[in-house]
Amino acid sequence: MRRLVFLAPVVVFAGVMVAFALGLGHDPSVLPSTLIGKPVPAFSLPPVRPGDGGLASPQLASGGGPRLLNAFASWCVACRVEHPLLLGLKAQGVPIDGLDWKDKSADAEKYLTQQGDPYQRVGNDESGRAGIDLGVAGVPETFVVDGHGRVRYKQVGPITPDDWTRTIQPLMERLRRE
Amino acid sequence: MRRLVCALAAAVLAAGPACAVLPSEQLHDPKLEARARHVGEELRCVVCQNETIDESDAPLAHDLRVILRQRLLAGDTDRQAIDYIVARYGHFVLLKPPFEAQTLLLWLGPFLVLGVGAVGLGLMARAAARSSEETAPLTAEEAVLLRRRLEGEDAP
Amino acid sequence: MTPEIGQLALSLALMLALVQAGALLVGAWRVDPSLMAVGRTAAGLQLAFVALAFVCLAACYVDGDYSVQLVAEHSNRAQPLIYRIGATWGSHEGSMLLWVLILSVYGCAVALFGGSLRETLQARVVGVQGVVGAAFIGFLIFTSNPFVRLWPAPPDGAELNPILQDPGLVFHPPVLYLGYVGLSIAFSFAIAALLEGRVDANWGRWVRPWVLAAWIFLTVGITMGSVWSYYTLGWGGWWFWDPVENASLMPWLLATALLHSCLVLEKRGALVSWTLLLAILTFSMSLVGTFLVRSGVLTSVHAFAIDAQRGVYILGIIAVLTGLALGLYAWRAPALKTGSLFGLVSKEYAITVNNLFLAAATATVFLGTFYPVFAETFNGDKISVGPPYYNLTFAPIFMLLFVVVSFGPMLNWKRDEGAALLRRLRSPALAAAAALVLAILIFGVRHAMAAIGFALGAWLVAGAGVVLARRWRLGEGARADRLRRIRTTPLAVWGLVFAHAGLGVTTLGITAMAGWQANLVTTMIAGQRVVISGKHVTLTGVRTVQGPNYEASQAAFQVDTLAGPRVMVSERRLFPASQTTTTQAAINVGLFGNVYISIGEQSANGGLVVRMWNHPLVDFIWGGAFLMAFGGAVSLADRRLRVAVVRRARRPAASPAPVLP
Repeated sequence: MRRLVFLAPVVVFAGVMVAFALGLGHDPSVLPSTLIGKPVPAFSLPPVRPGDGGLASPQLASGGGPRLLNAFASWCVACRVEHPLLLGLKAQGVPIDGLDWKDKSADAEKYLTQQGDPYQRVGNDESGRAGIDLGVAGVPETFVVDGHGRVRYKQVGPITPDDWTRTIQPLMERLRRE
Repeated sequence: MRRLVCALAAAVLAAGPACAVLPSEQLHDPKLEARARHVGEELRCVVCQNETIDESDAPLAHDLRVILRQRLLAGDTDRQAIDYIVARYGHFVLLKPPFEAQTLLLWLGPFLVLGVGAVGLGLMARAAARSSEETAPLTAEEAVLLRRRLEGEDAP
Repeated sequence: MTPEIGQLALSLALMLALVQAGALLVGAWRVDPSLMAVGRTAAGLQLAFVALAFVCLAACYVDGDYSVQLVAEHSNRAQPLIYRIGATWGSHEGSMLLWVLILSVYGCAVALFGGSLRETLQARVVGVQGVVGAAFIGFLIFTSNPFVRLWPAPPDGAELNPILQDPGLVFHPPVLYLGYVGLSIAFSFAIAALLEGRVDANWGRWVRPWVLAAWIFLTVGITMGSVWSYYTLGWGGWWFWDPVENASLMPWLLATALLHSCLVLEKRGALVSWTLLLAILTFSMSLVGTFLVRSGVLTSVHAFAIDAQRGVYILGIIAVLTGLALGLYAWRAPALKTGSLFGLVSKEYAITVNNLFLAAATATVFLGTFYPVFAETFNGDKISVGPPYYNLTFAPIFMLLFVVVSFGPMLNWKRDEGAALLRRLRSPALAAAAALVLAILIFGVRHAMAAIGFALGAWLVAGAGVVLARRWRLGEGARADRLRRIRTTPLAVWGLVFAHAGLGVTTLGITAMAGWQANLVTTMIAGQRVVISGKHVTLTGVRTVQGPNYEASQAAFQVDTLAGPRVMVSERRLFPASQTTTTQAAINVGLFGNVYISIGEQSANGGLVVRMWNHPLVDFIWGGAFLMAFGGAVSLADRRLRVAVVRRARRPAASPAPVLP
């Protein structure tokens, strides 16, 4: 019994070490989405491209397969890093909608003219409220929305080719079969 | 360094600069404003990870402060206003984690340590009480020590 | 050339640390004096080479050798010299080198001044220091080499984070590390004792001054950090429960416990195995703090550039050092002679209760700091633990502790009488009750918690005063006798009185800040006057000034105090090199509180965003902490700690001679 008391510290310590070792692999700054499995919150945004219809949440649930909803902004450096990948996805036929977060529509229009436009629909969220309802903490963030308009996955930060092939593409394939 | 992180985040995220609670954000009703400040102090800014939204310079924190005040103006209770933000950004924003099964150890741990220690101390006192019933007279060594102490060399 | 010399010196230091560890531990095991002498020499040489490496790095900064990556990343030509020197430890690599340097200084100090320790004990202590040193020099060389060259060398460097360009950088880290790292001595002493299988009162006597010295540095270091964040972060917070602050608080709490338990061990030979465990855990907390800051396992406002490989390496060091130490403890400690027993009403028991509260407080901070890591690892949940948690857990535990603090010094060793004790504590109890009633009368029942805090502060200060009163017995004897009693009060007693009173003073400050802070956020134009907590503050003007490497908008205020009008200047500095803005708050320091003003943007219509606080008794927080540290220093200077050593060392001792620095 007495021996056990003396053993206790080293046992507790071993447990703490295991937890630390496992904890090292996590990025503490990435927040999970609270919306997984839930419908995209309601919003209706004015267009970025003049004469375009903007973006409204019901459009995301218009049947068909899964799509991507990409939150971006013209002032965002990381978005420029991600941009070529989005253009590539568009070329492959992946449907992407854009949410232009806390940005002026004129700036965003210029950005899309210069950098290329990967989006089917783009809505301008100048106040940031639609983004906040989606739980956007910064841009870029990308949501995978299924055919019923439910959020199934959230990517924080730019999508890397690795993220696409390992996580997002397989998920979209699966959702297409659903 | 806190400010640096914020400054960087602001540079990346901000269209316009913002800075902790701004005069323009404040509500006219001082009671409601005090409530908003109080609630703001319990919510963590998701951009500047270790600040409350009340202290943070990040534009998103500014937005959340404004939303918080809108909710309170609309008649929300503090709890409802907090839940509104939690629904969007998750439990992570709560600086006071909820008391639930998963946080049992967090909330009860300190008192568990106290309890276990108190039992140990109790056992110690009992053992001492038992042995003091059969206290031996001073040993020669103790007597010398006692004399030395009495001569003014004693410690606090 | 300089960086290469530094690099070489570091490599040699690693070899020497290994020699130091091997020669001393084997030498002590075989009781081989010549081998132990080799080890001690190695300890001296190791310090010399680490110091050389440090000087080389500092020289690179001073010279502005931007071919060294670290220098190029953390300084530039426009930076004032003092901050180029300070930048030496303003980065992960540089601060780790400082850490190692201080470790070597401590190891060498025991090798030099520990001559009258039992030789094998001394050898083992310095040997364990060598093991720790080798681990961290290896960490520097293999994961965080400060001397990496850049090719081609940039013409000028980037900039040291402007927030760090402050006198705080020059003093805060070195002092804090002197504390943190100094606790390694307690750790080494504990391992050495376990290896020897022998702990006695002398062991407590030898360790205590080292722990006390480290504790003093840690107290001062933490306090300086708190002051620094108060004036630099722009809203006057003095403690944030940030992971990195917690990382310094945990060793401080345990070191405080260790100081007291060493006292019991020294005077009464009791609490043997508990003290050893505390010594191991205290330094382990320093190591955990190092891990936390440098691994990126938690987000913190202080965290250095994150690198998982470093995290793995430090975790490995902790696993081996603390793991072996605790394993050794589980194996050897049960066989140690248990100390004498003590009754419920005795100084030993009061100190044990104090240790329990301090341990529980440490557990609270540990849980609060790391629970988010545990929760994410085991449930994938992201949670946060912030100030509201500590207010509900840490605060009540500390309030209970404060009640005990004034009991301790009033008690006799071994056995005392409950009724007599209560009589001795009558005046502190009266003082506390008076403070409680007064605070409730003035501030109302709504602030009952704050009133209790005030009562505890009064209880602590009066409790410390009674220690002196009891010793001096002012009512008794002839005048000459009383004077003699006052004059001959040992420094150790003074130390205790200052430290405990300091704790009370800090408590008063914390309570006032928690209960009666006032804040005003508004837009002001020049000439406008506002009122905060009854004080009139006028914005007299705004202008732009040019600093050495920044541009500042400066706002002057006039505050009308009891002592007449005072001018206060608040600045916002823009550092163009890194496009960073910092705030220099204007602070009008007063005995009963500070007026604190920080300014924001100037709006289009000429209005200036102004944030203003009244911080009641905030300076008491740091004043009390410095008083605690001063008490520690006074106690360390007690002649009985030093003179007794020399006296005993000269005696050809049959029993092992104690030694103190």
